[in-house]
Amino acid sequence: MYSVRLWSVRHARGLELFYQGFERVFVALHPIWKAVGYERLEKPVAVVEKAVKGLLFDCQMCGQCALSSTGMSCSMNCPKTLRNGPCGGVRADGNCEVKPEMRCVWVEAYAGSQRMVEGKEAIKVVQFAVDGRLKGKSSWLKVAREKNA
Amino acid sequence: MRFDDEPVPGYPLPILPGHTSPGRLERVLRSGAFAITAELEPPDSADPEDVYRRARVFDGYVDAINATDGSGANCHMSSLAVCALLTRVGYAPVMQISCRDKNRIAIQGDILGGAAMGVCNMLCLSGDGVQTGDHPQAKPVFDLDCMSLLEIGRGMRDEHRFQSGRKVTFAPRVFFGAAANPFVQPFDWRAQRLAKKVAAGAQFIQTQYCYDMPRLRSYMQQVEDLGLLDKVFILVGVGPMRSAKVAEWMRSNVPGVHIPDAIIKRMAGAEKPAAEGRKICTEIMQEVKEIKGVAGVHIMAYRQEDAVPEMVQNSGILAGRVPWFPGRDGAGPELHYTPAPTVPASLQMA
Repeated sequence: MYSVRLWSVRHARGLELFYQGFERVFVALHPIWKAVGYERLEKPVAVVEKAVKGLLFDCQMCGQCALSSTGMSCSMNCPKTLRNGPCGGVRADGNCEVKPEMRCVWVEAYAGSQRMVEGKEAIKVVQFAVDGRLKGKSSWLKVAREKNA
Repeated sequence: MRFDDEPVPGYPLPILPGHTSPGRLERVLRSGAFAITAELEPPDSADPEDVYRRARVFDGYVDAINATDGSGANCHMSSLAVCALLTRVGYAPVMQISCRDKNRIAIQGDILGGAAMGVCNMLCLSGDGVQTGDHPQAKPVFDLDCMSLLEIGRGMRDEHRFQSGRKVTFAPRVFFGAAANPFVQPFDWRAQRLAKKVAAGAQFIQTQYCYDMPRLRSYMQQVEDLGLLDKVFILVGVGPMRSAKVAEWMRSNVPGVHIPDAIIKRMAGAEKPAAEGRKICTEIMQEVKEIKGVAGVHIMAYRQEDAVPEMVQNSGILAGRVPWFPGRDGAGPELHYTPAPTVPASLQMA
């Protein structure tokens, strides 16, 4: 929801803290995930992830979450799905070129990043091209798998 | 400026030490000269002569010619094709690559194809949204963004690999550029975004139209503070407006164009608005040349391309230099494309 999405950016610091704790626990539970099977967990976890992040961020389930690097503003909501900063078409009022009624995702992202601790620097790092195969998959499981690899 | 190895059309120049491309634009910029690029509007036609006619207008006044890639999301001849035609007679084109219409498979193919056709400069853009153009019903692709496009292009050139990791047997030797718009929100982050583009592989920058000198100055200051001035060549975008009405229309309808009220007022008060527009553009070119870190100008004289020579001449920014063009040094190559034989009447469409 749009208003919740803006709330999340305003509370980027709290969400950053919360996620860091959540990630630690989620990654530590790797033995359980492995026992059940990552493949088998994919669907149910993705459903939960989509519900939670959908509500908070209008998450589009790209499967390679970058919220920690984008000031808690989901860059997949940019009509051009830009993952590295705003295009040159931002309106004078800071709204989107394509959707004039929407705040530019990246104007929000920069504001959010300044409220964060690690997010302040993370936003300056270049993000790779999106991997289309991960669409719809759980980003949480991906992190757990990678950090335990 | 004259290089002792001016091109034979179709044959690349040698790559000088420290250069990444055999192109003339990179040579001019690295030599420290104030460079001029201009935008060519690709024709809505399949006649190559339409391209050459538009390019010849700039002869002797520009170092490289930008071929736009469906700019404003409008359909025209492709950038790759315009560039390929231009390199045939020795021009130095800048191939614009937008992420709006093609995915990474097509784009990487174009980078190889362009380089094979002698294109030495490529400008990596995200692209305008489809809603602004003549096909708002089209599917926007945006598989990459300008940043990942730069990274992939650089990988092809420096690591000889596609994004997939598969080997490229002969790397595209390209001077990569990107766009910047210092004149729109979020102002405080525009220089930071430039830093990101440089980190991703941008070697030169062409900016959006500049009509706001104070904003450009503060942007350039931020760019200098970030230590970017010796890492990237910045060409400031300029262009003449025909009237106050056009200026007004542009700023409310063309995404990313910022024109201060003072400029519109000056245009509205002028007796000959078109001449005034060219005068404003000429003055801006002179002013930006004096700003530290500005390496050149990029002229976007949309539908006023004929005015480019006059404006460049009056501004004096070339300082007596005559950029290469086919035939500049006398006995040049064949300049004009030979048109195809006339189609017999019996075969012509009604």
